[in-house]
Amino acid sequence: MEVVAKQSLSHKILNYALLIILTVVVLGPFLIGLWTSLLPTMDIAKGNFLSLHISLTNYVDAFTKTPILQYLGNSLWISALTTAAQLIFCSMSAYAFVFLRFRGRHVLFILFLATMMLPFEAEIIPNFMTIKAMGLLNTYSAMIVPFLTSAFGTFMLRQSFLQMPAELKEAADIEGLGHFQFYWKIVLPYNRISLITLGAYSFLGAWNQYLWPMLTTFSNAFRPVQNGLRQLQSEETFNDWGMIQATAAIVVIPTLIVLFIGQHYFKSGVNEGAVK
Amino acid sequence: MLKSPATHSSTTPLASNDETSKATKSRSDFWLNAKDKYYAWIFLGPSLLILGVFIFYPMLKTLYLSLFLTNTVGKPTVFVGLANYINLLTSADYLNSLAVTMVYVLAVTAITIVLGLVLANFASKQLAGIGIFRTLFSATMGVSVSVAAIFWLFIFNPSTGFLSLVSTWLHLPQIGWLTDPTWAMVAVIITTVWMNLGFTFLILLGAMQSVPTTLYEAASIEGATPRYQLFHITIPMISPTLFFVSIITLIEGFKSFGLIDLMTKGGPTNATNMLVYRIYKDAFYSGNYAQASAESLILTVIIAIFTLIQFKVLEKRVNY
Repeated sequence: MEVVAKQSLSHKILNYALLIILTVVVLGPFLIGLWTSLLPTMDIAKGNFLSLHISLTNYVDAFTKTPILQYLGNSLWISALTTAAQLIFCSMSAYAFVFLRFRGRHVLFILFLATMMLPFEAEIIPNFMTIKAMGLLNTYSAMIVPFLTSAFGTFMLRQSFLQMPAELKEAADIEGLGHFQFYWKIVLPYNRISLITLGAYSFLGAWNQYLWPMLTTFSNAFRPVQNGLRQLQSEETFNDWGMIQATAAIVVIPTLIVLFIGQHYFKSGVNEGAVK
Repeated sequence: MLKSPATHSSTTPLASNDETSKATKSRSDFWLNAKDKYYAWIFLGPSLLILGVFIFYPMLKTLYLSLFLTNTVGKPTVFVGLANYINLLTSADYLNSLAVTMVYVLAVTAITIVLGLVLANFASKQLAGIGIFRTLFSATMGVSVSVAAIFWLFIFNPSTGFLSLVSTWLHLPQIGWLTDPTWAMVAVIITTVWMNLGFTFLILLGAMQSVPTTLYEAASIEGATPRYQLFHITIPMISPTLFFVSIITLIEGFKSFGLIDLMTKGGPTNATNMLVYRIYKDAFYSGNYAQASAESLILTVIIAIFTLIQFKVLEKRVNY
């Protein structure tokens, strides 16, 4: 026993050492980025990476000289609306597939599943023409309307709804609850964990959109943050590495905070939506 | 499984448990079903409309456009049948794009899975404070494409970048990370793997934690080494999840656009000119909508095949 305990102590130290090394490797790009965001661009350009002239000047510059706050606000608005719409429309269609009996239900469900095979990236040409014909180019709507619902969300919520105990529906029938009341008062509250998970996914999905906003927005008034960062890089500021790194940090830090708080839901969501 | 509304009223699970009032029930069930149809339109209508306009119609339109020549605003002019596809599949340029995409996708998937396994294996150990490491390992999940591109563009920057500095300190030869065709591909692969790692790690860790501990206890009594346990217990037990993550990573790889646009713009000399970037360039720069449509359809077929494989395997574990 003594020997085992000793071995496990040295083993523990080795494990911690390896864990710390892995952490440094994984977080390296963050740390390098955060560190350079504190350095004057002059020092970065001279390769003086270990400079001690650290300050928050780059952050002040980022907030005052670039429209980064406007970009963040745009993204927040687009992502929030997309998330709200997906929660409503995906839960409604999932409800129809689980609780309503109608002709063609099975065919429609297969059709929904089929859309998961069709990549949006391969449909940008007609969709661009549609949005243009609707007169929605360079508006928030261009970036929200095509993503008001999702087949993945419907599928994920359907899996969750299917696991509700049958007694709930029976009790609701006895109580005389109509479909709208059952949906609103029972189904949605009962599946709130799945809804939160889907919400997190929808939000992150909308937040990370890149190709579509790039095609449909041309002005800073509507440009979301991913494309805004690209815009900043393509402008003169590109050489101002300190400030560019500061804008990246400004964008990534809130996301990380949300992620760490919501981690539990992401994990359960992936298990629910796919791995079950 | 599916029954027509007329016959299904007496067998529906929601109504069948009340045998006593069957005569009156079947009448009210008829109305319930008729109403269900009306409700189905309300509940499904919005989603059907959106999917129809932005998923189904564009797929058919893309197929249609790919069979024509188009003018500069994307209107079809001359029907050419499969000529666009034949041109593409015989063009060295397009075959190069297919090849570089394949290399990228396979490399990204393989490296992501291996590194994800390494991280998950370490993070599944029972150690004090392991939760902190789990959180930190999953951090790249919160990094969006343009933030990742900024971080790594600085690291790979030829004159003032981090790797260039390290090379100088260590007196190593400088590498043209984004200017040399081969290294540009390596740079894009590294960045993609880094971005994928947090998600992959989290999923694999979840799978590892659901492997029954009794298996490991039994193996330890038998004297199995940790390495043996990893390869003969953990990996076989989590193979469904490994499969799932691999397919997801493959599909996402085929759809890569943002990093290419931000880091290499398809270059140097088309070394990273992948499928989606090509579609974008051909349609929105060159105005060759017909060819871009044919490329879109080829991409759709590739992704549909992998998605179907995924559904087929998942079907065994998902109850419809």
